[in-house]
Amino acid sequence: MARDFRETLKTKDFVVTAEAAPIKGSSVERSLEHIELLKDKVDALNVTDNQSSVMRYPSVGVCLLIKEHGGEAVLQVTCRDRNRLAIQADLLFAWSRGVRNVLCLTGDSIDVGDHKEAKPVFDLESVQLIHLVHTLNSGKDMTGNELSGGTDFCIGTTATPSADPIEPQLVKVQKKLEAGVDFIQTQAVYDLDELKRFMEFVRKHDQKVKVLLGIVPVIGAKMAQYMNENVPGIFVPQYIIDELAQAPKGTGINKGIEIAARLIRKAKEDKLCDGAHIMFIGKEERVPEILEAAGLL
Amino acid sequence: MIVAERKPMEEILQMIAPYKKVLLAGCATCVAICWTGGEKEVGILASQLRLARGKEGSKIDTVEATVERQCEKEMVEELRDKVKGVEAVLSLACGAGIQTLAEVFEDKPVFPAVNTTFLGSPEGEGVWLENCGACGDCFLDRTGGICPMVRCAKGILNGPCGGTRKGGKCEIDPDKDCGWVLIYRRLEKQGRLDLMRKYYPPKNFRAVKRPGKMKAIKA
Repeated sequence: MARDFRETLKTKDFVVTAEAAPIKGSSVERSLEHIELLKDKVDALNVTDNQSSVMRYPSVGVCLLIKEHGGEAVLQVTCRDRNRLAIQADLLFAWSRGVRNVLCLTGDSIDVGDHKEAKPVFDLESVQLIHLVHTLNSGKDMTGNELSGGTDFCIGTTATPSADPIEPQLVKVQKKLEAGVDFIQTQAVYDLDELKRFMEFVRKHDQKVKVLLGIVPVIGAKMAQYMNENVPGIFVPQYIIDELAQAPKGTGINKGIEIAARLIRKAKEDKLCDGAHIMFIGKEERVPEILEAAGLL
Repeated sequence: MIVAERKPMEEILQMIAPYKKVLLAGCATCVAICWTGGEKEVGILASQLRLARGKEGSKIDTVEATVERQCEKEMVEELRDKVKGVEAVLSLACGAGIQTLAEVFEDKPVFPAVNTTFLGSPEGEGVWLENCGACGDCFLDRTGGICPMVRCAKGILNGPCGGTRKGGKCEIDPDKDCGWVLIYRRLEKQGRLDLMRKYYPPKNFRAVKRPGKMKAIKA
């Protein structure tokens, strides 16, 4: 059985989680394969919530599958699709069924997804959501009503160390830290100096929070350039793009895995952060290769 | 001011297809200022309709009239004689104006020729920017006079989302500024960044009980 993630965060030197994106549809076989493959290799599987505003099988559904199969799940909750009543109800449900960890996010814009005409909710945002989870943890709902049975979620959130400009983002990170989080997973970071600067800021405000370095393997020079131009908050340095460009044809993915593993290994060896969170969407079956190359298996 | 934009021509033509004599009613206030529904635009639309219908072989008679404020019943009353003489009215006013006109002339079909888009102000020549969501619970004292409810695409209250693009642009449109980066810069300039560092609890989205209705408080 997987260990309680809050306990893992407290006791393990270098924590590793992986993202599990629910499928679009009701056939969960592929999710089950990923769960079986990864549940004993990482400390928790982190399940996205209508990722990139694309409608999918629910995060809580995959979290329950993970629990049923002996893994540890992190429930991602965004504020895009549900108002404060729905979010609270869903959190109570998740807790009652054994989900113990929640990642609080604002959520991508409706405009980037596949239901562009939907009404965006954003009744709350990430900082308010963190406060909300603390309130449920205290046995009350948002308006102060007593709950018959509250929650005791381990709370995480995200941060974007490569944002430009960074200062407004750091104001928000500070608010998240003040609200109280057990862990932060970063957006993909490729420049470890950026991670160092981010850690300095975090440690000024919070000595205890665990920071997991976000890893998104880049599998080709073109993908890296595309990400730099189109994905907000991501910056792939030129030397990585060059390295990918030099990889023989058809081996980009192997090079991407090698670079990802190198970043993790370096972050671990130099004690730059407290762990890594691997987001290899659509290529989950290759996550073990990253773990192995990073010396984490 | 209220900003609106003209509906696509095909949509307008479809709405008034059954009618041979139509009044085009403009408004000389907000929609005139945003180049959508004033006297000039009424004239342009009237000639475009006549041309299009002429081509189709189903000629249309157009009557043109623009009132000072189409959202006021007394001003709309001025149109009574002209309305009598037509089969339908095509209004180029904002939604408030269209509804006032439809209420005053209950027995006449009234159609919208524009889409009302937002409350805003001119940013430059021919460019208007949304800057008020009419939420009924003004937050501008905490944000240097920049509204996060509408200047941020997600309308969030505690700082930027993680989607801010390079140079402080919005996740959904590189041509639009991130509202929270604007707020940060304004507050920084004023030496009031402490306001942004404060936590703001979830907003009261029921500050205005919809549908809104306000009674003047007499002094």
